[in-house]
Amino acid sequence: MHGLINRAIQCFLRDSFGAEAWQRIAAAAEVPAEGFEPMMQYDDAVTHRLLDAAAAQLHRTRESLLEDLGTYLVSHPDRESLRRLLRFGGVDFVEFLHSIDDLPGRVRLAVPDLDLPQILVEERAEGRFTLSLHTPQPGFGQVLAGILRAMADDYGALVFLEHAGTCDGAELIEIDLFDQSFAAGRRFDLAAGAH
Amino acid sequence: MLLGDAALGALMPLHLRVAPDGVIDGAGRTLVKLMAGEPLQGRSFFDVFEMHRPRGVVSTTGLSALAGTRLKLGLKARPHTGFKGEAVPLEAGQGLLFNLSFGIALAEAVALHRLTDSDFAATDLTVEMLYLIEAKSAVLDELRRLNHKLHNAKTQAEEEALTDTLTGLRNRRAMDQVMRASSRAGMPFGLVHIDLDFFKQVNDTLGHGAGDHVLVEVGRILREETRGGDIVARVGGDEFVLVLPDLTDPDMLDGIAQRILSRIEEPIAYAGHACRISASIGTTVSTDYPEPNPDRMLGDADRALYAAKRAGRGRVVRFPSDLPSETGAA
Repeated sequence: MHGLINRAIQCFLRDSFGAEAWQRIAAAAEVPAEGFEPMMQYDDAVTHRLLDAAAAQLHRTRESLLEDLGTYLVSHPDRESLRRLLRFGGVDFVEFLHSIDDLPGRVRLAVPDLDLPQILVEERAEGRFTLSLHTPQPGFGQVLAGILRAMADDYGALVFLEHAGTCDGAELIEIDLFDQSFAAGRRFDLAAGAH
Repeated sequence: MLLGDAALGALMPLHLRVAPDGVIDGAGRTLVKLMAGEPLQGRSFFDVFEMHRPRGVVSTTGLSALAGTRLKLGLKARPHTGFKGEAVPLEAGQGLLFNLSFGIALAEAVALHRLTDSDFAATDLTVEMLYLIEAKSAVLDELRRLNHKLHNAKTQAEEEALTDTLTGLRNRRAMDQVMRASSRAGMPFGLVHIDLDFFKQVNDTLGHGAGDHVLVEVGRILREETRGGDIVARVGGDEFVLVLPDLTDPDMLDGIAQRILSRIEEPIAYAGHACRISASIGTTVSTDYPEPNPDRMLGDADRALYAAKRAGRGRVVRFPSDLPSETGAA
């Protein structure tokens, strides 16, 4: 697994549950307490050990932790740069959803060795979307669900969104969009640092 | 084919129409936005813009020369925003149509003029370009952080590889490196080889803690009695070597060795006990050798040191003059 992914899990656990909880989880997962280097590759087993240890220590399911990780990545103030990169996907939530299939390609432009699962976006009816993720590593779907939930808030869109399980080896996310501009949403300037 | 103003504006929000007399008679919405309230319509093209390429086109007479070539131009007034662009002649001698873009300075232009998605044509890659700039700088920041960390780790590892962890003195590797470098460079140096006497008794009667304390104290004495540029190394359990650049006067070297010896012989306090040790010391200088060889010099200093031990310990022996003549340097 790419170091950026392990690092994201590490920062999420530390920022959400405290440094002491992170130390405990790292010890239980037998990973170094100083954590991961974002620009290196790690064995997949390390990531699974880490998630299992976090679930056991925090008495949570892996699935719910992963969805919280997705939300954290978009909404935590320290992760502003990631939120910005995602907002480049579209001017409103629908355009953003349609840009999701480009996401793995966009990520590869910046970090060529970071492979994300292929994502297909299908608009089944007006305002009803199904996203399917094709990956041998289950869990990306929950993270994406968390990301999408937080991005809907970011755009000020009112949605109903759920991880709908796995079908033919693909993780499914169902989205019902009720109101594209329900709330004001958060501001986004094209130029970084502008106010 | 005819294209209305609205359609032209949608496709090219940074376009400009200039009449044959040089007067601007139309502009795209983004160009209008850049002017921040200053009018474009009705002003002379050359009052608003300055041509950078081709150079020397400053008035209406040169206007027609601008068609069909790559252009570089900028706003005459602050903030002097720069553009690249091209111009094509309009039908029936109606003047020129310019299409402009920000070129490589686009991130600055977007920030400066507070531009948004809707200020660009749908086909324009500005937003993708901005995405890439941000993504790349985020990745670069991470790499810079990693580089910094690795550099520190490397410096520390190098330092540790040359340091004796107990005393903080240099180790045998560091001493070897310095002696070889000095010999190769032909730089003269004095060599002092020290072996502690009665150290084993301290270890045996007061324990290893006392022994370690004595070694640290000896290290401190050696550092205090030498100069900043001298190499002080612990090369074995209770064995030390000093490499003293430019110190090749045997009497001076002996003086330093004697001073060190007398300080080492002062009792060292440890947990209510006074540890009494001494030292046998051998010295030699590189200028005594036609071609100084570190191994040979160390061997000779070692022989002088054992001569000191045989003579009753607690003394300094100089190689070769204090040794029987058959062991003298060739």
